Formats: sequence, C-alpha cells, structure tokens
Amino acid sequence: MADISTWPDPIGVNLRSDPLSVEALAGPRRRAWKEAAIRGVFLCAAFISIVISVLIVFSLIREAWIFMTGVEWAKTWGQNGWFPRNGLYDMPTLLVSSLIVTVVAMLVAGPLGLGSAIYLSEYASRRTRSFLKPVLEVLAGVPSVVLGFFALFFISPQVIERIGRNGWLVIGAVVIVGYLAFVVTWARKLVQREAGADMATQIKRVLILTALVATALVLIWWVNDVAGSGDPESQDFFSVKRSGQLAAAAVGVGILTIPLVASVSEDALAAVPKELRNASAGLGARKMTTTVQVVLPAAVSGIVAAFIIGISRALGETMVVFMAGGAADAALFTSSPFDGGLTMTAGMASLATGTDNVVGEGLTFQSLYFVGLVLFILTLTLNVLAGRFVNRVREKY
Amino acid sequence: MVNLKPSDKSILKGMRVSPGEAPEASVSSEGDDHDEFPAEDLVFDVSALSVFYGQFRAVRDVNMLIKRNEITALIGPSGCGKSTVLRSFNRMNDLIPTARVEGNLLYRGVDLYDERVDPVEVRRRIGMVFQKPNPFPKSVYDNVAYGPRVAGRKRGLDDVVENSLRKAALWDEVKDRLRESAIGLSGGQQQRLSIARAIAVDPEVLLMDEPCSALDPIATSRIEELMEEIKDEYTILIVTHNMQQAARVSDRTAFFSVEVDESSDRRTGLLIEYATTDKLFSNPDDERTENYITGRFG
Repeated sequence: MADISTWPDPIGVNLRSDPLSVEALAGPRRRAWKEAAIRGVFLCAAFISIVISVLIVFSLIREAWIFMTGVEWAKTWGQNGWFPRNGLYDMPTLLVSSLIVTVVAMLVAGPLGLGSAIYLSEYASRRTRSFLKPVLEVLAGVPSVVLGFFALFFISPQVIERIGRNGWLVIGAVVIVGYLAFVVTWARKLVQREAGADMATQIKRVLILTALVATALVLIWWVNDVAGSGDPESQDFFSVKRSGQLAAAAVGVGILTIPLVASVSEDALAAVPKELRNASAGLGARKMTTTVQVVLPAAVSGIVAAFIIGISRALGETMVVFMAGGAADAALFTSSPFDGGLTMTAGMASLATGTDNVVGEGLTFQSLYFVGLVLFILTLTLNVLAGRFVNRVREKY
Repeated sequence: MVNLKPSDKSILKGMRVSPGEAPEASVSSEGDDHDEFPAEDLVFDVSALSVFYGQFRAVRDVNMLIKRNEITALIGPSGCGKSTVLRSFNRMNDLIPTARVEGNLLYRGVDLYDERVDPVEVRRRIGMVFQKPNPFPKSVYDNVAYGPRVAGRKRGLDDVVENSLRKAALWDEVKDRLRESAIGLSGGQQQRLSIARAIAVDPEVLLMDEPCSALDPIATSRIEELMEEIKDEYTILIVTHNMQQAARVSDRTAFFSVEVDESSDRRTGLLIEYATTDKLFSNPDDERTENYITGRFG
C-alpha cells in the first residue's frame, strides 16, 4: 500500500505531514470578506424595509398629531356628518360606515369562505381540489377596481335596491323559512324519539304541530298582505339610495374577502391531524359528524384567525367602497346599509383625489392622516390578534 | 348456523345473512384437535381476500377464521400488509379513495363488503384502536362519550363513561379530571383513553393497530394486561411489530410476509401461516415463519 503522506499535494502543501499552524487553518482571507459582504447586503435590504415602514408610521403620526392638537374635538364627535372641507370631522360617520361594510362583508365572506374551505379540505377529491383551488386563487387576484364596477353596476341596482324596495317581503320570507325549518326539525325529533309514547302525549303533540303549522300559514298570509298593500312609496321599506349603497359595496368587499377567509381556514383544517378523522370514523361517526364535532373544534383558533384577517382586509379595502359606497367626498351620518356612506378608507381616498387637491379648512389635509392612523391601529391590532390565534393551532399539533 | 339474534338483524340494516349452514370452522387442515372450534364461535371468515390500492395489489389471498373472545395477532415484516388487512375488517380502508377489496370477508355470516352494508354501521360494531394515541381535543369525558353520542345516545352517559374507563384501567387516574382536556394525559393514558373510547360504543370486536408502538415498556405492559382482562367480552385482533408481544398476549397468530415482483419492484403482502400462537412459535410449518421468528429474516 502506498504511503499517502509522500504524495505530492496539488497546492504544494502536504496536509498530512507539514507542521500545523493557525494560519493553515485560517482559510483564505477573501472568502471571509465575501461572506461578510453578502451578509451586509441582506442586512441592508432588511434594514431599509424596516426603516421605510418606520418612517411611514412616523409621518402618519406626525401629521395626525398636528390634527389632534389643532382640532376642536367637539367637531370630531356628534356632528351630523363627515365634511372635512368644511371643518366637520365627525368620526362616528366613518366608523359606523366602516363597521357596516365590515359586518355585511363578513356575512358574505364568512359562510362562503368557511364553506368552501370545508368542502376543499374534507369533501373534495384530489382532482376537484386541484381544479378548485386555483379558481379560488384567481378570485383573489381580481383587481378591486373590477369588483368596484361590479358592485356599482350590478350588485347595487340588481340586488340591494330590490331588497331595499321589498324589505317586508324579504324579512317575511326569512322569518317564514326559519320558522318552517324549526317546525320541521321539531317534528322530526319527535318522530325519531319514539313512537311508543302514550295516547295523551301523542294527541298533545299532534295538536301542537297543528297549531305550529297554522301559525306558519297565518304568517305567510300576513306577509303577503303587508307586502301587497299600501302605496308604492311605502314599499320602499329601507328608503334605499339609488346608485351605490354601503351594502352594495360591502357585498363586493365580501366577495373579495372570500378567497382569503377560505385559504386561511383551509390551512387550519388541513393542520388537523388525519388520525383524529380516522379515530372519529372508527367510532362510527359519519363524515358530517366528524367535520362538525372533531375537525372544526380542533381548527377553531385557525378559523377565528381567518375571520379576523378577513375583517382586517374588509376594513382596509378602499376601491370598492369608494366606487360603490354611494358617497363622494363627504357624507351625512347614517346607520343604514341601504344608504350611501363613506368608510374610513373611502373618506381618505376621496380627500386625496379631490379635483383641487386637498384644499379646504386648515386641518383638512391632516384629518386624512388622523383617519389613517385610526385605521392603522385597528388593522394592526386585528393582525396581531390573528397571529396569536394562528400560533395557537400550531402549538397544539 | 351462525348465531344471529333477530334484534341484531334489525340493527344490521342491509346486512345479508348468508343462507344455509356455515361451514364447519377449522383453522388448520392438519386436524390438530385443539385448533378446531365450533361454528358459533366463528366471528370472521376471511377467504381469498386481496386489497388493492388502485391497480396495485397490496395484499393477496388471505384466508383466516377468527374465533370469538380470542386475541388474534397479525405479525410480519414492514410492508407486509398486516395493517391493511386489519383495516379491511371494519372498512377503514374505505377512507382511502383508491382502496378496493376482493374476496370474501364474512362477519358472523354477513358479507361486510355487500353493497347494502353501511361502513358506519360496521364500525359501530367493530371498533378500532390506532397506533398513535389520538385523543380528540376535548375533555376526557367528552372523548369517551363521543362514540355513544354519535350513535344517538343521550342518557346514561355518565355510567357508560365510568364503565369504559374502568375497563380500560384508567378510571382511578382520571376520575377527578374528567372535565379536563385529554391532551394533557400521558402517552400511555392517552392510549388507554383511546381504548376506553372504543369500548364505549360497546363493539363486539376490537381492532388494534400496533397499539403499543408509541409507548414505553411500562405502559405497554398495562395495555397487554388490559387486553387479557377484556378478552372475555371482546374479540381482539392486534397488529404488532413485537413478536414477544404476540407470543405473550395472543391465542392465535397470523404471519404475513412480502413477495417482491422483480420486474416492477412492487411489494405484495401475503399470509404465510396462521395457527395457534403456541404452535406458530414452537413448531411452525413454514420455513419462512421459522426464519422470521428466530430472527433470521425481517
């Protein structure tokens, strides 16, 4: 066997036999320098992003501070509307509008988003999922301007105005459907419980059932009567505003929010271990029972997070509410979703896009920053909250 | 005739009672007297059972007769399909979209794969304990009460929970923390909780898929004692990697092995030998069994 210590070394050093020194182990200088340089580049990238964010927040706070110190606080509360160019900065006008939009948007995005998440994660076959998930992602990529147009030219006249005009009919229909559902479940439960009850209880149940069905019929008659009577003017139940309402904008925002809620909830559902589903199935549970009793409770923090993220998104959405919200750059206070209104975001956007820039009273420009700060604090809180909930799911499994 | 009470028939909706007499059950054709058992003790009659995943045949030609109130162990090297076979006994394989079963699997004379049979009904009668302890993120009480509740039971749950936990030898340890989350229990306790949960639906058969593989030796021996205690009431099938465990707890043992298709490199499991545990471990008929249990293979 050859003695490798005598082999010539390509770089003229014999690693095995030459005496060892610190210099020999130090490695080339250039390499260390290169490492440091690369590290520096990435550090700069991270640092610049942080500095930019901090500066934005700082400028926000600075201008907002000017507003807060200069404004007459009486003008920010309890006025009859948001008229920034005239020095009326009624915050409740914006806050309530934002609240209405967020709530209605979540009424749309919550059930639809969670429903699609459940379908995708629990029911869809692999092939259906591989088709549906990209579709959902495309929906997430729809520019909000497009949805703004959709909200203004379809949802507003075709959906919201109809509902607004026929308020009684809609409310009546909802009540009747709910009531009938209650009666049916009640009757089914009785039938399931047992047939062998004694005569008296049987008769009692039949009587109660008859009474319930009779009430339902009376309800239907009454709703029909109310909806059909009266002059056309009174049928405009919710005094719906033409061309753009908060509700129309909110439905648009809701549609935009569906993919977000769906994908975050789907992640939460997918994080629930398969073993739990198997265990449930092994105990004789049907898929629906497993989903409702095991998977959803296990994923509940993630689903809550999905909703919070959805709320934060809906709160921050600008273009749709600006276009379809039914107000220009000022609005009267309203608490009706069928009225036009300005949300915080729309209020800011309209100020910044005014024809003659932001001219008005002395603090008009700064009010924009103040609203921005309020919005920033709200969404930041929501996002931190959502992050907590998401982590809670991860900890558990 | 396989013993099926009329009340059972009404519960087993859509299950078909096979006409005529069940064949005389016999585990070994050699005719060892102690191997035979009367037909009314026959719980499962498996013949020519194959399980497929898509086009791929995972296990082929399983023939077994499983006796009531006995512990039957399924052993063999990894990938021999013993878990797959176990899961076909309560149709858990149905949860895998591509899985498919061929051959006959009669449970007390009823073909479990008859198209009228609802897998959910099967699983209420044939319970399962899994490899990893998998308590639901609910309280101890709600974990045990889950099965009965799913089956529509509302009253007397306290008794069911207590009895099940007692049978699973867990009652004394958890009776003061029934309302606390089951996630906080130790691994061994969680696995006994899984057993209690399976017992709570009052199944006739318990399938255990390597129930001790995630447990330490002390917890393992607790589970083994437990199996011994409850076998008077249940028929138990257990898959285990641990041959000593099979030798310790089981009455009968089935040895599975793998054959590799050279051309496609596909591995198909098959049943090599099925006999009483005493015979299989002391005097196996098949050379492959002997090689495996003496440690020369697998």
